[in-house]
Amino acid sequence: MIEGARWRRWVFFHIPLTLFIVGLLFPFYWMIVTSVRPDNELYRPWNAANYTPFWTLRPTLQHVTDLLTETLFSTWMMNTMLIATVSTVISLICGLFAGYALSRLKFPFAGSIGTGIFITYLVPQTLLFIPLADIIRNFHLGDSPWALILTYPTFLIPFCTWLMMGYFKSIPKELEECARIDGAPRWKAMAYIIFPIAIPGILSAGIFAFTLSWNEFIYALVFLSSPEQKTVPVGVTSELVRGDVFYWGELMAGALLGSIPVAFVYSFFVEHYVSGITGSVKG
Amino acid sequence: MARVAIRSLNKKFDEVHAVKDVNLDIRDKEFLVLVGPSGCGKTTTLRMVAGLESITSGSILIDEKIVNDLAPMDRDIAMVFQNYALYPHMSVYDNMAFGLKMRKFDKAEIQKRVREAAEILGIHDYLLRKPRQLSGGQRQRVALGRAIVRHPQVFLFDEPLSNLDAKLRVQMRVELKKLHQRLGTTAIYVTHDQVEAMTLGDRVVVMRDGWVQQVGDPMELYNEPANRFVAGFIGSPAMNFANVRITGENGGIWAEGDGIRLKVPAHMSNRVGGHAGKEVTLGIRPEDMRVARDSDPADLNIGAVVEVVERLGSEILLDVAVGPVTMVASVDPTATAKVHDKLQLAVNPQRLHFFDSETEAAV
Repeated sequence: MIEGARWRRWVFFHIPLTLFIVGLLFPFYWMIVTSVRPDNELYRPWNAANYTPFWTLRPTLQHVTDLLTETLFSTWMMNTMLIATVSTVISLICGLFAGYALSRLKFPFAGSIGTGIFITYLVPQTLLFIPLADIIRNFHLGDSPWALILTYPTFLIPFCTWLMMGYFKSIPKELEECARIDGAPRWKAMAYIIFPIAIPGILSAGIFAFTLSWNEFIYALVFLSSPEQKTVPVGVTSELVRGDVFYWGELMAGALLGSIPVAFVYSFFVEHYVSGITGSVKG
Repeated sequence: MARVAIRSLNKKFDEVHAVKDVNLDIRDKEFLVLVGPSGCGKTTTLRMVAGLESITSGSILIDEKIVNDLAPMDRDIAMVFQNYALYPHMSVYDNMAFGLKMRKFDKAEIQKRVREAAEILGIHDYLLRKPRQLSGGQRQRVALGRAIVRHPQVFLFDEPLSNLDAKLRVQMRVELKKLHQRLGTTAIYVTHDQVEAMTLGDRVVVMRDGWVQQVGDPMELYNEPANRFVAGFIGSPAMNFANVRITGENGGIWAEGDGIRLKVPAHMSNRVGGHAGKEVTLGIRPEDMRVARDSDPADLNIGAVVEVVERLGSEILLDVAVGPVTMVASVDPTATAKVHDKLQLAVNPQRLHFFDSETEAAV
């Protein structure tokens, strides 16, 4: 907290905080307002007498209805949900075991393998999609959810592994040693002691992985072509932008509805998520 | 109940030789304490007995059976860790029951044993709490409880009291001793605190740099230290040391140093006489010195200058300068010595120690 005179608190705390919050939340506000604004207000020129860019007096759900009835939005939602969930689960399972092994087991090159996994995470997707496209074509997976379910783990697994490695390292190894003396073989010590303690870490990795695959754009754009296979980010931008015609109302309604599941997941697990980021459980 | 035998045990971590040729026989129902400064290999030795650390060479036997390649769970031991290692997501009851559940005990038996242990340790009111809701002392009891419900052959303790505050540590020390007397289970206890070692151990093993320095009961270590290191490590305040030269004249053996001229008593003259003409280290415990009276023979007195007076109530510690060295004398609380006083300290001739200057072994 800022100490001292009142003006100091305003200058160094209240005003910067307000600016920050406004800057952060304005795009969301704009998105919501645009999605409920009737078309004739949306396309009204800026110098018209009744131009009101920041609010609307006649909100409508027309864009949402159009989005759900005129486009394949609900199919895109289902596709995205399926792809994000399955690829998150695959990546979490792999990341959990890989992270455990790299942080707990002693084997040659454990350190360099850990670093190697991190480096693969740093390879930009814009480079990686070129060889991946070749692989997808060879396995005839193009234009199916599997194209994404199997390629998203290429960046999700390194991410989950790295995050879980850090989390496992923060759990005292005596807990596991004690369990092993207590009569638990390694896999039981892992299942009954280490994994339950690591739940905050697992949840944060899961939430991050889910968000990353939910929002992913490039792979979805390259590997999927037919409209009924697309995910929300690709579907909305490719089907609602026709040449130079932007269906702003539907676009914003799509963006709004598309961000609901992610917002829901975050708010639901926020407490675990924060403790997952900030460190482990202390005995 | 079991005997534990350690034979020519060695442990190397890459370049570091942490445990060197350790041989120990721990008797049935014995409480053995491993003590030494940090890095002396005591914890590594304990972890090898537990099976948490691989053995480089040598063998460990529990009840005549070599356990070198047995998993920790198959050695029938229980261990209490320094940081308690309580499972944070489980209640106190589940923490204590975990080992029994893993060993497939039936529910009634688990309940009986946990209740019994909780009763002994006075933690039956907290059985449903989580470890984070307990104080340090309570956590320590739960960790003990988790070990005793299993009725193992051997208890292993890895500095279990060092996370507690001083008062609680003394209290838990007494309770541990009582617990051991009640259960009679063989125990190996690691600590760096010599007071803990002396009060708890039936026998104490002093270690340094991976080597065992001496094994013996507490009074043996105190009265007859095998070398200078043990002499300095055991006892508080620590033993005073001074370099002296052994000379033989006037039919007696003398220890002469800077500010010191003591007649070596007859019962030691044979042993010490062998070092005539050589430098040795003289060791005197603080409690074996007192302010000299007129009747004390002058050849058993040391001239000293008082530097600091520490009044502890039951005794007074005098930090004195004897020639170039500083010594501590624990004297009667009625002594009236003041700072800068010059006085004569009488030493107890029965309790002088001499150590070879090169090998540091007791003479």
